[in-house]
Amino acid sequence: MANHLLRWLAVWFRNALAWRKSIKTALLGGLAEPLFNLFALGYGLGHFVGEVDGITYIAFLTAGIISLSSMNAATFEGLYLAYTRMAVLKTWEGMMAAPLSIGDIVMGELLWMASKSLISASLILLVASGFGLTADWHVLWVLPIAALSGFCFGSMALVMTSYAQSYDFFVYYITLGVTPMILLGGVFFPPDALPGIIRQGSACLPLYHIVEMIRPLVSGRFAWTLLTHLIVPLAFTLISTMFAIWRFKRRLLR
Amino acid sequence: MINTPVPKPSPIIVHAENLSKHYGKLCVVDGISFQINQGEFCGILGPNGAGKTTTLKMLVGNTPSTSGKLTVLGLPIPQQAREMRGRIGVVPQADNLDPDFTVVENLRVYGRYFGLKRTEVEKRITELLGFVALEEKADACINQLSGGMKRRLSIARALINRPELLILDEPSTGLDPQIRQNIWQLLRQLQREGLTIILTTHYMDEAERLCGRIILMDHGHILADRTPEELVRERIEPHVLEVFGTSVKAWKMANPLTGPIRCEQVGETCFYYGADLTSLVKTLDGWPGLRYDYRPANLEDVFLKMTGRELRDG
Ligand SMILES: Nc1ncnc2c1ncn2[C@@H]1O[C@H](COP(=O)(O)OP(=O)(O)OP(=O)(O)O)[C@@H](O)[C@H]1O
Ligand SMILES: [Mg+2]
Repeated sequence: MANHLLRWLAVWFRNALAWRKSIKTALLGGLAEPLFNLFALGYGLGHFVGEVDGITYIAFLTAGIISLSSMNAATFEGLYLAYTRMAVLKTWEGMMAAPLSIGDIVMGELLWMASKSLISASLILLVASGFGLTADWHVLWVLPIAALSGFCFGSMALVMTSYAQSYDFFVYYITLGVTPMILLGGVFFPPDALPGIIRQGSACLPLYHIVEMIRPLVSGRFAWTLLTHLIVPLAFTLISTMFAIWRFKRRLLR
Repeated sequence: MINTPVPKPSPIIVHAENLSKHYGKLCVVDGISFQINQGEFCGILGPNGAGKTTTLKMLVGNTPSTSGKLTVLGLPIPQQAREMRGRIGVVPQADNLDPDFTVVENLRVYGRYFGLKRTEVEKRITELLGFVALEEKADACINQLSGGMKRRLSIARALINRPELLILDEPSTGLDPQIRQNIWQLLRQLQREGLTIILTTHYMDEAERLCGRIILMDHGHILADRTPEELVRERIEPHVLEVFGTSVKAWKMANPLTGPIRCEQVGETCFYYGADLTSLVKTLDGWPGLRYDYRPANLEDVFLKMTGRELRDG
Protein backbone atom coordinates (compact mmCIF):
# COMPACT_ATOMS: atom_id res chain seq x y z
CA MET A 1 0.00 0.00 0.00
CA ALA A 2 2.80 2.41 0.90
CA ASN A 3 4.37 1.69 -2.48
CA HIS A 4 1.09 2.27 -4.25
CA LEU A 5 0.66 5.59 -2.53
CA LEU A 6 4.17 6.60 -3.46
CA ARG A 7 3.46 5.95 -7.13
CA TRP A 8 0.15 7.84 -7.00
CA LEU A 9 1.90 10.73 -5.35
CA ALA A 10 4.45 10.84 -8.18
CA VAL A 11 1.57 11.52 -10.58
CA TRP A 12 0.02 13.94 -8.11
CA PHE A 13 3.33 15.76 -7.79
CA ARG A 14 3.55 16.28 -11.56
CA ASN A 15 0.12 17.89 -11.68
CA ALA A 16 0.70 19.93 -8.55
CA LEU A 17 3.91 21.32 -10.02
CA ALA A 18 2.17 22.24 -13.28
CA TRP A 19 -0.62 23.92 -11.31
CA ARG A 20 1.80 25.85 -9.14
CA LYS A 21 3.49 27.24 -12.24
CA SER A 22 0.26 28.88 -13.36
CA ILE A 23 -1.19 29.54 -9.95
CA LYS A 24 -2.39 33.08 -10.68
CA THR A 25 -4.66 32.21 -13.57
CA ALA A 26 -5.67 28.97 -11.90
CA LEU A 27 -6.84 30.75 -8.77
CA LEU A 28 -8.48 33.60 -10.62
CA GLY A 29 -10.45 31.25 -12.86
CA GLY A 30 -11.37 28.83 -10.12
CA LEU A 31 -12.17 31.30 -7.39
CA ALA A 32 -13.39 34.59 -8.85
CA GLU A 33 -16.38 33.13 -10.64
CA PRO A 34 -17.88 31.25 -7.69
CA LEU A 35 -17.38 34.29 -5.47
CA PHE A 36 -19.07 36.60 -8.00
CA ASN A 37 -21.97 34.18 -8.12
CA LEU A 38 -22.13 33.89 -4.38
CA PHE A 39 -22.25 37.60 -3.66
CA ALA A 40 -24.22 38.80 -6.68
CA LEU A 41 -26.89 36.14 -6.45
CA GLY A 42 -26.69 35.85 -2.68
CA TYR A 43 -27.30 39.50 -1.94
CA GLY A 44 -29.11 40.45 -5.15
CA LEU A 45 -31.50 37.53 -5.42
CA GLY A 46 -31.49 37.10 -1.65
CA HIS A 47 -33.12 40.51 -1.38
CA PHE A 48 -36.24 39.15 -3.05
CA VAL A 49 -36.08 35.61 -1.77
CA GLY A 50 -35.58 36.34 1.90
CA GLU A 51 -35.10 33.17 3.91
CA VAL A 52 -34.89 29.60 2.64
CA ASP A 53 -35.32 26.69 5.04
CA GLY A 54 -34.91 29.04 7.96
CA ILE A 55 -31.59 30.63 6.88
CA THR A 56 -30.76 33.70 4.80
CA TYR A 57 -30.53 33.03 1.08
CA ILE A 58 -26.84 33.91 0.95
CA ALA A 59 -26.07 31.44 3.74
CA PHE A 60 -28.13 28.89 1.85
CA LEU A 61 -26.27 29.68 -1.34
CA THR A 62 -22.84 29.49 0.30
CA ALA A 63 -23.20 25.74 0.76
CA GLY A 64 -24.44 25.40 -2.82
CA ILE A 65 -21.51 27.34 -4.25
CA ILE A 66 -18.96 25.37 -2.22
CA SER A 67 -20.44 22.11 -3.49
CA LEU A 68 -20.65 23.43 -7.02
CA SER A 69 -17.09 24.64 -7.21
CA SER A 70 -15.74 21.44 -5.69
CA MET A 71 -17.57 19.61 -8.45
CA ASN A 72 -16.47 22.01 -11.18
CA ALA A 73 -12.82 21.92 -10.17
CA ALA A 74 -12.67 18.13 -10.43
CA THR A 75 -14.85 17.95 -13.53
CA PHE A 76 -12.75 20.45 -15.46
CA GLU A 77 -9.55 18.71 -14.42
CA GLY A 78 -10.93 15.26 -15.25
CA LEU A 79 -12.28 16.26 -18.66
CA TYR A 80 -10.15 18.91 -20.31
CA LEU A 81 -6.86 18.72 -18.49
CA ALA A 82 -6.74 14.94 -18.15
CA TYR A 83 -7.63 14.60 -21.83
CA THR A 84 -4.84 17.01 -22.71
CA ARG A 85 -2.35 14.99 -20.71
CA MET A 86 -3.53 11.71 -22.17
CA ALA A 87 -4.10 12.53 -25.83
CA VAL A 88 -2.33 15.79 -26.63
CA LEU A 89 0.81 16.06 -24.50
CA LYS A 90 1.18 12.27 -24.16
CA THR A 91 2.19 12.77 -20.55
CA TRP A 92 0.56 9.45 -19.69
CA GLU A 93 2.58 7.71 -22.38
CA GLY A 94 5.71 8.92 -20.62
CA MET A 95 4.38 7.63 -17.32
CA MET A 96 3.58 4.28 -18.92
CA ALA A 97 7.21 3.94 -19.98
CA ALA A 98 8.13 4.35 -16.31
CA PRO A 99 7.08 1.87 -13.62
CA LEU A 100 3.53 3.21 -13.36
CA SER A 101 0.45 1.23 -14.32
CA ILE A 102 -2.79 2.63 -15.71
CA GLY A 103 -4.27 2.13 -12.25
CA ASP A 104 -1.48 4.20 -10.69
CA ILE A 105 -2.01 6.98 -13.22
CA VAL A 106 -5.79 7.11 -12.68
CA MET A 107 -5.41 7.06 -8.89
CA GLY A 108 -2.76 9.77 -8.98
CA GLU A 109 -4.95 11.91 -11.22
CA LEU A 110 -7.92 11.40 -8.90
CA LEU A 111 -5.86 12.30 -5.88
CA TRP A 112 -4.96 15.52 -7.64
CA MET A 113 -8.60 16.24 -8.60
CA ALA A 114 -9.61 15.76 -4.98
CA SER A 115 -6.87 18.18 -3.99
CA LYS A 116 -8.18 20.76 -6.40
CA SER A 117 -11.70 20.40 -5.05
CA LEU A 118 -10.31 20.75 -1.57
CA ILE A 119 -8.36 23.88 -2.46
CA SER A 120 -11.32 25.49 -4.14
CA ALA A 121 -13.74 24.64 -1.31
CA SER A 122 -11.30 25.85 1.35
CA LEU A 123 -10.79 29.21 -0.30
CA ILE A 124 -14.50 29.89 -0.72
CA LEU A 125 -15.10 28.75 2.83
CA LEU A 126 -12.42 31.12 4.03
CA VAL A 127 -13.96 34.08 2.25
CA ALA A 128 -17.47 33.11 3.36
CA SER A 129 -16.33 32.83 6.98
CA GLY A 130 -14.79 36.26 6.69
CA PHE A 131 -18.22 37.58 5.76
CA GLY A 132 -19.81 35.74 8.68
CA LEU A 133 -21.64 33.30 6.45
CA THR A 134 -20.62 30.18 8.34
CA ALA A 135 -21.98 29.18 11.74
CA ASP A 136 -19.46 27.23 13.84
CA TRP A 137 -16.38 24.98 13.74
CA HIS A 138 -18.41 22.05 12.40
CA VAL A 139 -17.97 23.72 9.08
CA LEU A 140 -14.50 22.15 8.92
CA TRP A 141 -16.20 18.85 8.10
CA VAL A 142 -16.92 20.42 4.75
CA LEU A 143 -13.31 19.84 3.75
CA PRO A 144 -13.29 16.02 3.64
CA ILE A 145 -16.64 16.14 1.89
CA ALA A 146 -15.22 18.49 -0.73
CA ALA A 147 -12.39 16.01 -1.25
CA LEU A 148 -14.90 13.19 -1.65
CA SER A 149 -16.73 15.36 -4.13
CA GLY A 150 -13.45 15.68 -6.04
CA PHE A 151 -12.97 11.91 -6.18
CA CYS A 152 -16.58 11.41 -7.19
CA PHE A 153 -16.87 13.97 -9.98
CA GLY A 154 -13.27 13.45 -11.02
CA SER A 155 -13.81 9.74 -11.59
CA MET A 156 -17.06 10.40 -13.44
CA ALA A 157 -15.24 12.90 -15.67
CA LEU A 158 -12.48 10.36 -16.33
CA VAL A 159 -15.05 7.86 -17.56
CA MET A 160 -16.11 10.47 -20.14
CA THR A 161 -12.50 11.19 -21.03
CA SER A 162 -11.87 7.50 -21.62
CA TYR A 163 -14.39 7.66 -24.47
CA ALA A 164 -13.41 11.08 -25.83
CA GLN A 165 -11.86 11.46 -29.27
CA SER A 166 -11.77 15.27 -29.05
CA TYR A 167 -12.67 18.07 -26.68
CA ASP A 168 -16.04 18.51 -28.42
CA PHE A 169 -17.26 15.28 -26.89
CA PHE A 170 -17.34 16.85 -23.43
CA VAL A 171 -20.17 19.19 -24.47
CA TYR A 172 -22.55 16.22 -24.20
CA TYR A 173 -21.55 15.49 -20.64
CA ILE A 174 -21.61 19.14 -19.61
CA THR A 175 -25.02 19.90 -21.16
CA LEU A 176 -26.76 16.63 -20.49
CA GLY A 177 -25.08 15.66 -17.24
CA VAL A 178 -23.48 18.49 -15.34
CA THR A 179 -25.90 21.35 -16.00
CA PRO A 180 -29.09 19.43 -15.10
CA MET A 181 -27.34 18.10 -12.02
CA ILE A 182 -26.53 21.64 -10.89
CA LEU A 183 -30.13 22.74 -11.39
CA LEU A 184 -31.67 19.68 -9.74
CA GLY A 185 -29.05 19.11 -7.08
CA GLY A 186 -30.13 21.94 -4.79
CA VAL A 187 -27.29 24.34 -5.48
CA PHE A 188 -29.41 27.45 -6.09
CA PHE A 189 -32.77 26.39 -4.66
CA PRO A 190 -34.05 23.48 -2.59
CA PRO A 191 -35.18 20.54 -4.74
CA ASP A 192 -38.41 20.52 -2.68
CA ALA A 193 -39.58 23.25 -5.02
CA LEU A 194 -39.58 20.78 -7.91
CA PRO A 195 -42.41 18.44 -8.96
CA GLY A 196 -42.46 15.16 -7.03
CA ILE A 197 -41.04 12.84 -9.66
CA ILE A 198 -38.11 15.10 -10.48
CA ARG A 199 -37.42 15.53 -6.77
CA GLN A 200 -37.08 11.79 -6.39
CA GLY A 201 -34.78 11.78 -9.39
CA SER A 202 -32.43 14.26 -7.78
CA ALA A 203 -31.90 11.85 -4.88
CA CYS A 204 -29.95 9.67 -7.33
CA LEU A 205 -27.53 12.48 -8.15
CA PRO A 206 -24.29 12.58 -6.18
CA LEU A 207 -24.28 16.38 -6.17
CA TYR A 208 -27.58 16.44 -4.31
CA HIS A 209 -26.07 14.42 -1.47
CA ILE A 210 -22.92 16.51 -1.36
CA VAL A 211 -25.07 19.63 -1.02
CA GLU A 212 -27.27 17.95 1.59
CA MET A 213 -24.20 17.27 3.71
CA ILE A 214 -22.48 20.59 3.24
CA ARG A 215 -25.49 22.82 3.84
CA PRO A 216 -26.20 21.84 7.46
CA LEU A 217 -22.49 21.97 8.24
CA VAL A 218 -22.24 25.53 6.95
CA SER A 219 -25.35 26.71 8.76
CA GLY A 220 -24.54 25.06 12.11
CA ARG A 221 -26.94 22.14 11.97
CA PHE A 222 -24.50 19.30 12.32
CA ALA A 223 -26.05 15.85 12.83
CA TRP A 224 -24.66 12.32 12.61
CA THR A 225 -27.53 11.31 10.36
CA LEU A 226 -25.85 13.34 7.63
CA LEU A 227 -23.52 10.37 7.17
CA THR A 228 -26.22 8.51 5.25
CA HIS A 229 -25.63 10.99 2.43
CA LEU A 230 -22.17 9.50 1.96
CA ILE A 231 -23.56 6.36 0.37
CA VAL A 232 -24.47 7.69 -3.08
CA PRO A 233 -21.29 9.72 -3.70
CA LEU A 234 -19.14 6.85 -2.44
CA ALA A 235 -20.92 4.39 -4.71
CA PHE A 236 -20.47 6.68 -7.70
CA THR A 237 -16.78 7.11 -6.84
CA LEU A 238 -16.12 3.41 -6.52
CA ILE A 239 -17.94 2.38 -9.65
CA SER A 240 -16.63 5.21 -11.86
CA THR A 241 -13.06 4.69 -10.69
CA MET A 242 -13.08 0.99 -11.47
CA PHE A 243 -14.85 1.59 -14.75
CA ALA A 244 -12.43 4.36 -15.77
CA ILE A 245 -9.41 2.15 -15.04
CA TRP A 246 -10.92 -0.67 -17.07
CA ARG A 247 -11.72 1.68 -19.93
CA PHE A 248 -8.27 3.28 -20.03
CA LYS A 249 -6.63 -0.14 -19.97
CA ARG A 250 -8.66 -1.11 -23.01
CA ARG A 251 -7.95 2.15 -24.74
CA LEU A 252 -4.27 2.67 -23.99
CA LEU A 253 -2.86 -0.85 -23.74
CA ARG A 254 -3.70 -1.96 -27.26
CA MET B 1 24.83 -15.49 8.71
CA ILE B 2 25.83 -17.78 5.92
CA ASN B 3 26.59 -15.96 2.73
CA THR B 4 24.85 -17.75 -0.08
CA PRO B 5 26.54 -16.83 -3.34
CA VAL B 6 24.55 -14.23 -5.20
CA PRO B 7 23.27 -15.86 -8.38
CA LYS B 8 24.91 -14.34 -11.43
CA PRO B 9 22.41 -12.14 -13.30
CA SER B 10 21.27 -13.83 -16.46
CA PRO B 11 23.05 -12.43 -19.48
CA ILE B 12 19.85 -12.87 -21.47
CA ILE B 13 18.15 -9.48 -21.55
CA VAL B 14 15.27 -10.19 -23.92
CA HIS B 15 13.87 -13.57 -24.79
CA ALA B 16 10.96 -13.69 -27.24
CA GLU B 17 9.43 -16.91 -28.44
CA ASN B 18 6.81 -17.06 -31.17
CA LEU B 19 5.58 -13.61 -30.33
CA SER B 20 2.50 -12.47 -32.25
CA LYS B 21 0.27 -9.44 -32.25
CA HIS B 22 -3.07 -9.18 -34.01
CA TYR B 23 -5.26 -6.12 -34.27
CA GLY B 24 -8.59 -7.70 -35.11
CA LYS B 25 -7.91 -9.67 -38.29
CA LEU B 26 -4.74 -7.75 -39.05
CA CYS B 27 -1.61 -9.65 -38.07
CA VAL B 28 1.05 -7.04 -37.28
CA VAL B 29 3.69 -9.26 -35.67
CA ASP B 30 3.66 -12.85 -36.80
CA GLY B 31 5.37 -15.34 -34.53
CA ILE B 32 8.83 -13.80 -34.14
CA SER B 33 11.53 -15.35 -31.94
CA PHE B 34 14.80 -13.74 -30.89
CA GLN B 35 17.10 -13.36 -27.96
CA ILE B 36 19.18 -10.34 -26.99
CA ASN B 37 22.13 -10.74 -24.68
CA GLN B 38 23.69 -8.34 -22.28
CA GLY B 39 25.85 -5.67 -23.88
CA GLU B 40 24.44 -6.12 -27.38
CA PHE B 41 23.55 -3.17 -29.59
CA CYS B 42 20.67 -4.45 -31.66
CA GLY B 43 18.96 -2.58 -34.48
CA ILE B 44 15.48 -3.43 -35.69
CA LEU B 45 15.06 -2.45 -39.33
CA GLY B 46 12.08 -2.65 -41.61
CA PRO B 47 9.83 -0.61 -43.93
CA ASN B 48 6.97 1.50 -42.55
CA GLY B 49 4.39 -0.71 -40.92
CA ALA B 50 6.76 -3.66 -40.54
CA GLY B 51 5.82 -4.01 -36.88
CA LYS B 52 8.87 -2.46 -35.23
CA THR B 53 7.09 -0.10 -32.87
CA THR B 54 4.56 -2.79 -32.03
CA THR B 55 7.39 -5.15 -31.11
CA LEU B 56 8.94 -2.52 -28.86
CA LYS B 57 5.55 -1.83 -27.26
CA MET B 58 5.24 -5.50 -26.41
CA LEU B 59 8.75 -5.51 -24.92
CA VAL B 60 7.89 -2.57 -22.69
CA GLY B 61 4.65 -4.23 -21.64
CA ASN B 62 2.40 -1.54 -23.07
CA THR B 63 0.52 -3.86 -25.36
CA PRO B 64 -0.22 -7.49 -24.61
CA SER B 65 0.91 -10.03 -27.19
CA THR B 66 -1.79 -12.13 -28.82
CA SER B 67 0.33 -15.25 -28.35
CA GLY B 68 3.88 -16.26 -27.55
CA LYS B 69 6.24 -16.00 -24.64
CA LEU B 70 8.28 -12.98 -23.65
CA THR B 71 10.71 -12.26 -20.83
CA VAL B 72 12.68 -9.05 -20.37
CA LEU B 73 15.45 -8.92 -17.74
CA GLY B 74 14.27 -12.35 -16.68
CA LEU B 75 10.76 -11.09 -15.84
CA PRO B 76 7.68 -12.44 -17.61
CA ILE B 77 5.95 -9.73 -19.68
CA PRO B 78 3.31 -8.35 -19.38
CA GLN B 79 2.74 -9.93 -15.94
CA GLN B 80 5.68 -8.15 -14.31
CA ALA B 81 6.03 -5.30 -16.76
CA ARG B 82 5.88 -2.60 -14.11
CA GLU B 83 8.81 -4.03 -12.16
CA MET B 84 10.74 -4.49 -15.39
CA ARG B 85 10.11 -0.90 -16.51
CA GLY B 86 11.77 0.29 -13.33
CA ARG B 87 14.98 -1.17 -14.75
CA ILE B 88 14.85 -0.03 -18.38
CA GLY B 89 14.80 3.28 -20.24
CA VAL B 90 12.57 4.14 -23.18
CA VAL B 91 12.97 6.88 -25.80
CA PRO B 92 9.67 7.09 -27.73
CA GLN B 93 9.27 7.62 -31.48
CA ALA B 94 7.72 11.06 -30.83
CA ASP B 95 9.03 13.11 -27.90
CA ASN B 96 6.59 13.36 -25.00
CA LEU B 97 8.46 15.82 -22.82
CA ASP B 98 6.34 17.98 -20.56
CA PRO B 99 6.06 21.46 -22.15
CA ASP B 100 4.84 22.93 -18.86
CA PHE B 101 8.23 22.30 -17.29
CA THR B 102 11.84 23.32 -17.65
CA VAL B 103 14.57 20.87 -18.59
CA VAL B 104 15.48 20.15 -14.97
CA GLU B 105 11.86 19.87 -13.89
CA ASN B 106 11.21 17.34 -16.63
CA LEU B 107 13.98 15.14 -15.27
CA ARG B 108 12.94 15.69 -11.66
CA VAL B 109 9.32 14.76 -12.28
CA TYR B 110 10.37 11.72 -14.27
CA GLY B 111 12.72 10.58 -11.53
CA ARG B 112 9.76 10.55 -9.17
CA TYR B 113 7.90 8.13 -11.41
CA PHE B 114 10.69 5.68 -10.66
CA GLY B 115 10.39 6.24 -6.93
CA LEU B 116 13.94 7.59 -6.76
CA LYS B 117 15.08 9.56 -3.75
CA ARG B 118 15.26 13.30 -4.14
CA THR B 119 19.00 13.61 -3.46
CA GLU B 120 19.71 10.76 -5.85
CA VAL B 121 17.65 12.39 -8.58
CA GLU B 122 19.39 15.73 -8.18
CA LYS B 123 22.79 14.07 -8.41
CA ARG B 124 21.71 12.10 -11.45
CA ILE B 125 20.32 15.24 -13.13
CA THR B 126 23.68 16.96 -12.89
CA GLU B 127 25.43 13.95 -14.40
CA LEU B 128 22.91 13.57 -17.20
CA LEU B 129 22.84 17.24 -18.18
CA GLY B 130 26.58 17.00 -18.53
CA PHE B 131 26.34 13.81 -20.56
CA VAL B 132 23.91 15.28 -23.11
CA ALA B 133 25.50 18.77 -22.95
CA LEU B 134 22.39 20.61 -21.80
CA GLU B 135 23.83 22.25 -18.66
CA GLU B 136 23.28 25.71 -20.12
CA LYS B 137 19.67 24.92 -20.84
CA ALA B 138 18.92 23.54 -17.38
CA ASP B 139 16.27 26.16 -16.66
CA ALA B 140 15.01 26.65 -20.19
CA CYS B 141 11.47 25.74 -21.14
CA ILE B 142 10.92 22.84 -23.49
CA ASN B 143 9.57 25.01 -26.30
CA GLN B 144 12.84 26.96 -26.32
CA LEU B 145 14.77 23.82 -27.23
CA SER B 146 15.69 22.75 -30.75
CA GLY B 147 14.66 19.34 -32.03
CA GLY B 148 18.10 17.96 -31.31
CA MET B 149 18.10 19.27 -27.75
CA LYS B 150 14.68 17.75 -27.11
CA ARG B 151 15.90 14.41 -28.40
CA ARG B 152 18.96 14.57 -26.14
CA LEU B 153 16.75 15.45 -23.20
CA SER B 154 14.53 12.47 -24.02
CA ILE B 155 17.61 10.26 -23.94
CA ALA B 156 18.75 11.79 -20.64
CA ARG B 157 15.27 11.25 -19.21
CA ALA B 158 15.36 7.58 -20.21
CA LEU B 159 18.64 7.20 -18.30
CA ILE B 160 17.43 8.74 -15.05
CA ASN B 161 17.07 5.33 -13.36
CA ARG B 162 20.43 3.92 -14.55
CA PRO B 163 18.69 1.38 -16.78
CA GLU B 164 20.06 -2.04 -17.72
CA LEU B 165 18.40 -1.85 -21.12
CA LEU B 166 17.75 1.18 -23.31
CA ILE B 167 15.04 1.06 -25.97
CA LEU B 168 14.94 3.79 -28.63
CA ASP B 169 12.32 4.11 -31.36
CA GLU B 170 13.86 5.99 -34.31
CA PRO B 171 16.13 8.15 -32.16
CA SER B 172 17.55 10.28 -34.96
CA THR B 173 14.61 10.71 -37.32
CA GLY B 174 14.12 14.31 -38.37
CA LEU B 175 17.45 15.55 -37.03
CA ASP B 176 20.28 17.23 -38.90
CA PRO B 177 23.52 15.34 -39.63
CA GLN B 178 25.47 17.04 -36.86
CA ILE B 179 22.97 16.09 -34.20
CA ARG B 180 22.71 12.55 -35.55
CA GLN B 181 26.46 12.11 -35.23
CA ASN B 182 26.24 13.58 -31.74
CA ILE B 183 23.53 11.12 -30.73
CA TRP B 184 25.49 8.21 -32.19
CA GLN B 185 28.41 9.32 -30.06
CA LEU B 186 26.25 9.26 -26.93
CA LEU B 187 24.84 5.84 -27.73
CA ARG B 188 28.28 4.39 -28.43
CA GLN B 189 29.53 5.68 -25.12
CA LEU B 190 26.56 4.09 -23.34
CA GLN B 191 27.28 0.79 -24.98
CA ARG B 192 30.92 0.96 -23.96
CA GLU B 193 29.74 1.37 -20.39
CA GLY B 194 27.94 -1.96 -20.74
CA LEU B 195 24.39 -0.88 -21.51
CA THR B 196 22.29 -3.14 -23.72
CA ILE B 197 20.62 -1.10 -26.45
CA ILE B 198 17.78 -1.83 -28.86
CA LEU B 199 16.85 0.74 -31.47
CA THR B 200 14.72 0.95 -34.56
CA THR B 201 15.81 3.05 -37.48
CA HIS B 202 15.21 3.81 -41.14
CA TYR B 203 18.78 4.98 -41.64
CA MET B 204 21.04 2.26 -42.96
CA ASP B 205 24.18 4.21 -42.17
CA GLU B 206 23.03 4.50 -38.57
CA ALA B 207 22.42 0.77 -38.30
CA GLU B 208 25.69 -0.09 -40.05
CA ARG B 209 27.72 2.15 -37.79
CA LEU B 210 26.09 1.47 -34.45
CA CYS B 211 24.58 -1.98 -34.40
CA GLY B 212 26.50 -5.15 -33.83
CA ARG B 213 23.39 -6.99 -34.82
CA ILE B 214 20.47 -6.33 -37.10
CA ILE B 215 17.00 -7.79 -37.01
CA LEU B 216 15.36 -7.11 -40.35
CA MET B 217 11.58 -7.18 -40.20
CA ASP B 218 8.84 -6.98 -42.78
CA HIS B 219 5.12 -7.73 -42.57
CA GLY B 220 5.57 -8.88 -39.00
CA HIS B 221 8.22 -11.49 -39.86
CA ILE B 222 11.93 -11.54 -39.15
CA LEU B 223 13.65 -11.77 -42.53
CA ALA B 224 17.19 -11.85 -41.17
CA ASP B 225 19.02 -11.67 -37.85
CA ARG B 226 22.75 -11.11 -38.43
CA THR B 227 25.61 -8.68 -38.02
CA PRO B 228 25.61 -5.94 -40.67
CA GLU B 229 28.81 -7.39 -42.17
CA GLU B 230 27.26 -10.85 -42.47
CA LEU B 231 24.18 -9.40 -44.11
CA VAL B 232 26.21 -7.58 -46.72
CA ARG B 233 28.47 -10.61 -47.26
CA GLU B 234 25.79 -13.29 -47.39
CA ARG B 235 22.62 -11.70 -48.65
CA ILE B 236 23.75 -9.66 -51.65
CA GLU B 237 26.16 -9.68 -54.58
CA PRO B 238 29.47 -7.98 -53.73
CA HIS B 239 29.18 -5.03 -56.12
CA VAL B 240 26.54 -2.63 -57.33
CA LEU B 241 26.48 -0.44 -60.40
CA GLU B 242 23.90 2.33 -60.54
CA VAL B 243 23.35 3.90 -63.92
CA PHE B 244 21.03 6.85 -64.44
CA GLY B 245 20.16 9.38 -67.12
CA THR B 246 17.70 9.81 -69.96
CA SER B 247 19.52 7.51 -72.37
CA VAL B 248 19.52 4.54 -69.98
CA LYS B 249 17.12 2.57 -72.18
CA ALA B 250 19.20 3.00 -75.31
CA TRP B 251 22.40 2.05 -73.50
CA LYS B 252 20.71 -0.99 -72.03
CA MET B 253 19.56 -2.17 -75.50
CA ALA B 254 23.07 -1.67 -76.88
CA ASN B 255 24.68 -3.72 -74.10
CA PRO B 256 22.80 -6.95 -73.43
CA LEU B 257 23.79 -8.61 -70.14
CA THR B 258 26.17 -11.52 -70.07
CA GLY B 259 27.03 -13.70 -67.10
CA PRO B 260 25.53 -13.80 -63.60
CA ILE B 261 24.41 -10.21 -63.27
CA ARG B 262 21.11 -9.18 -61.78
CA CYS B 263 19.40 -6.02 -62.96
CA GLU B 264 16.61 -3.92 -61.48
CA GLN B 265 15.17 -0.86 -63.15
CA VAL B 266 13.44 1.91 -61.21
CA GLY B 267 12.33 4.76 -63.45
CA GLU B 268 15.42 6.04 -65.22
CA THR B 269 17.86 4.28 -62.94
CA CYS B 270 19.25 0.80 -63.46
CA PHE B 271 20.79 -1.19 -60.62
CA TYR B 272 23.19 -3.99 -61.51
CA TYR B 273 24.33 -6.49 -58.93
CA GLY B 274 27.19 -8.95 -59.43
CA ALA B 275 30.63 -10.13 -58.37
CA ASP B 276 32.49 -8.16 -61.03
CA LEU B 277 30.85 -5.47 -63.11
CA THR B 278 33.96 -3.79 -64.53
CA SER B 279 33.18 -4.95 -68.07
CA LEU B 280 29.81 -3.30 -67.79
CA VAL B 281 31.36 -0.11 -66.44
CA LYS B 282 33.65 0.04 -69.50
CA THR B 283 30.67 0.12 -71.88
CA LEU B 284 29.58 3.36 -70.25
CA ASP B 285 32.53 5.27 -71.68
CA GLY B 286 30.82 6.17 -74.91
CA TRP B 287 27.69 7.50 -73.17
CA PRO B 288 28.36 11.00 -71.87
CA GLY B 289 24.64 11.54 -71.07
CA LEU B 290 24.73 8.80 -68.43
CA ARG B 291 25.97 9.06 -64.88
CA TYR B 292 26.93 6.09 -62.82
CA ASP B 293 28.17 4.89 -59.48
CA TYR B 294 30.13 1.67 -59.13
CA ARG B 295 30.61 0.62 -55.52
CA PRO B 296 30.67 -2.28 -53.06
CA ALA B 297 27.20 -3.36 -51.93
CA ASN B 298 25.99 -1.96 -48.62
CA LEU B 299 23.23 -2.53 -46.09
CA GLU B 300 20.76 -0.41 -48.02
CA ASP B 301 21.13 -2.72 -51.01
CA VAL B 302 20.44 -5.71 -48.77
CA PHE B 303 17.43 -3.94 -47.30
CA LEU B 304 15.95 -3.15 -50.71
CA LYS B 305 16.66 -6.64 -52.00
CA MET B 306 15.01 -8.33 -49.04
CA THR B 307 12.01 -6.06 -48.59
CA GLY B 308 11.38 -5.16 -52.23
CA ARG B 309 11.16 -1.79 -53.90
CA GLU B 310 7.45 -1.15 -53.86
CA LEU B 311 6.23 1.74 -51.71
CA ARG B 312 4.66 1.13 -48.31
CA ASP B 313 2.00 3.23 -46.82
CA GLY B 314 1.78 2.89 -43.07
N1 LIG C 1 -3.50 0.35 -32.20
C1 LIG C 1 -3.51 -0.16 -33.44
N2 LIG C 1 -4.65 -0.60 -33.99
C2 LIG C 1 -4.66 -1.13 -35.23
N3 LIG C 1 -3.58 -1.25 -36.01
C3 LIG C 1 -2.41 -0.83 -35.53
C4 LIG C 1 -2.31 -0.26 -34.21
N4 LIG C 1 -1.02 0.08 -34.00
C5 LIG C 1 -0.36 -0.27 -35.12
N5 LIG C 1 -1.18 -0.80 -36.03
C6 LIG C 1 -0.79 -1.30 -37.36
O1 LIG C 1 0.25 -2.22 -37.19
C7 LIG C 1 1.17 -2.13 -38.26
C8 LIG C 1 2.58 -2.04 -37.71
O2 LIG C 1 2.72 -0.82 -37.05
P1 LIG C 1 4.07 -0.38 -36.34
O3 LIG C 1 3.81 0.96 -35.74
O4 LIG C 1 4.54 -1.47 -35.46
O5 LIG C 1 5.05 -0.25 -37.57
P2 LIG C 1 6.53 0.30 -37.60
O6 LIG C 1 7.37 -0.81 -38.12
O7 LIG C 1 6.91 0.89 -36.32
O8 LIG C 1 6.40 1.41 -38.72
P3 LIG C 1 7.12 2.86 -38.83
O9 LIG C 1 8.43 2.61 -39.48
O10 LIG C 1 6.21 3.61 -39.75
O11 LIG C 1 7.22 3.46 -37.47
C9 LIG C 1 0.75 -0.96 -39.11
O12 LIG C 1 0.11 -1.47 -40.25
C10 LIG C 1 -0.21 -0.20 -38.24
O13 LIG C 1 -1.21 0.40 -39.02
MG1 LIG D 1 7.40 2.85 -35.63
